[in-house]
Amino acid sequence: MSVDAFTSVTAAAVPLDAANIDTDRVIPARFLHKPRGPEYAGLLFHDVRFDEDGRERADFIMNQPAFRGARIIVAADNFGCGSSREHAVWALAAYGIRAVIAPSFGDIFFNNCFKIGVLPVVVSADTAAALRRQLHAMPGASITVDLETQTVTGPDGAPIPFTVDPFRRQGLLRGEDEIALTLGHEAAIAAFERRHADEEPWLAIERRA
Amino acid sequence: MSSSPRTLFEKIWSRHVVTEGAGGMSLLYIDRLLMHDGAVHTFERLRKAGRAIRRPGAIAATADHYVPTATGPGGIADPAIRGMVTEMARHTGDLRIPYFGPGDARQGIVHVMGPEQGFTLPGITLVCGDSHTATHGAFGCLAFGIGSSELEHVLATSCLWQRKPRAMRIRVDGVRPSGVAAKDVILAVIATISAAGGTGHVIEYAGAAIAAMSMDERMTVCNMSIEAGARAGMVAPDATTYAYLEGRPFAPSGARADEARAYWATLPSDAGAAFDAEVTLDAAALAPTVTWGTSPQEALPITGRVPDPAETADPARRAAIERMLAYMGLAANTPLTAINVDRVFIGSCTNSRLEDLRSAAAVVRGRRVVVPAWVVAGSGLIKRAAEAEGLDRIFREAGFEWREPGCSMCIGMNGDTGRPGERVASTSNRNFEGRQGKGVRTHLMSPAMAAAAAVTGRLTDVRAFAGEGL
Repeated sequence: MSVDAFTSVTAAAVPLDAANIDTDRVIPARFLHKPRGPEYAGLLFHDVRFDEDGRERADFIMNQPAFRGARIIVAADNFGCGSSREHAVWALAAYGIRAVIAPSFGDIFFNNCFKIGVLPVVVSADTAAALRRQLHAMPGASITVDLETQTVTGPDGAPIPFTVDPFRRQGLLRGEDEIALTLGHEAAIAAFERRHADEEPWLAIERRA
Repeated sequence: MSSSPRTLFEKIWSRHVVTEGAGGMSLLYIDRLLMHDGAVHTFERLRKAGRAIRRPGAIAATADHYVPTATGPGGIADPAIRGMVTEMARHTGDLRIPYFGPGDARQGIVHVMGPEQGFTLPGITLVCGDSHTATHGAFGCLAFGIGSSELEHVLATSCLWQRKPRAMRIRVDGVRPSGVAAKDVILAVIATISAAGGTGHVIEYAGAAIAAMSMDERMTVCNMSIEAGARAGMVAPDATTYAYLEGRPFAPSGARADEARAYWATLPSDAGAAFDAEVTLDAAALAPTVTWGTSPQEALPITGRVPDPAETADPARRAAIERMLAYMGLAANTPLTAINVDRVFIGSCTNSRLEDLRSAAAVVRGRRVVVPAWVVAGSGLIKRAAEAEGLDRIFREAGFEWREPGCSMCIGMNGDTGRPGERVASTSNRNFEGRQGKGVRTHLMSPAMAAAAAVTGRLTDVRAFAGEGL
């Protein structure tokens, strides 16, 4: 259960201008019973990407020829708000998206991204807007997201620094198995548990036979 | 013990840190875990990875997302989805995890069941693979939603790596006017701070209007913290909390309860504790509130009008309003009370508790619905309690469908959805595009407001209705 490692990605990027793109938009609830797999690529943004007959909607930016190969999304505020569904990140990853750049993210979505190896990059609202403007002006232009140097390089070549928690950065660079890492702390967890059970004995639940 | 004043959140957080990791990440101990049918694949993934479940005794489970709410036989038509619910029973049975599945009176929405069973307690850390886990913070615990990888992590390790969130206090002072519900309070909060306003924060709700609320009402408020961007919302435990917990199956009793209360009494934020952000609202200034757009922040008093994008200077905001009006099928400047609805849904983890049903019943008593309208109680126990009071009769005589418990039309995963283009007056928590079915238009409001919409066929100011219990 190690995560896909992430070091650096250079790829075409697509601008999504709307704020508050929720995870219901990223993947509608009616698909969530499906186990994680390649078919999630076709479920990404399903109801805005396809019409009633399953044909691509020409007005959806990711269906436009210049943006079809996009592997990076540049979004607006609060991307991935709403439901905790990790399926939203599964769909992004299955489609091929490796990084999402935005001024802010839904908290749960943000955490989920690191588990799957899709890098959420926080930049200022002005920076995100400037990147989106460049991408509209130069459809299909590439962006580089480098986790080692913590730098985004936009189509204009200007470097934009960003920071990721050292813990999460290390996890992604190494493609770490977080559960194995945590189980390495078993002695500390067990010691905590003994003290905690002593402090709050009312938390013990009697289990049925 | 630290002498500097601390917040409720800080007290619970610091008590649960097992160890610190690099760069400010903490390994946080998780006391309790709630599971629902949508999370069943996690058991299988853990088995394949060869991981054991570290502490099955910390878990309780139910089925809510996929269960049908139609009365009578039928069950789940799709074999894959039916399999998820039967697998839930099998896995929890193997692990001796308390499971309240279909047919059990205790079955219900996971965020209704947990508190109802006394599984949710002050001072604990509690997680569930569902964003509305924020609900449980009403008891003065730290409760938040997680994704399925985090769920696997908790099952395998009883812990989660977390960056400490910032603390925000939202004070709601004053007294709520008649006709203004807890739902109106939280919709006003979200409209005030925005759908991203609480991002990175845990919200503590305080002030006279919160202290005066029942547990059902506090749960409604905390439930929608996530719609304000915050993973968790909390209310300090007090006599109202303790009275609610009294006699609940998983709650401590006797001497253990006295011991617990002595600790819980130390939890409320100390005078002078510092918050990273503070917001104050006056309850007396609030009115019944409805949403008009496709984000919960797009909420206005029922006396208002649909916004006009032409009056907005910011081009991005103008484009957002135009898109929302197009999806919602609304014209700018339309009075909200002139908006007709096609369907009414009373239910969800936000508003499906007994007090919610009472307030809706008080409005519909002796009246008739003019559009299809459903009541979906939050749990089997609530449904029974409502029936014992005769609420089901009031709803049925008015023309409502009185259905079985589950998430139902809040999310539509069990097939309970509206039809494309339909406009729904809903007591749920999200008005996102497609949330209640493809192309369905959702207006969020309180149970009393939804009941009023059901009998008039349009968004209606419930204060115009004479009736008890408003």
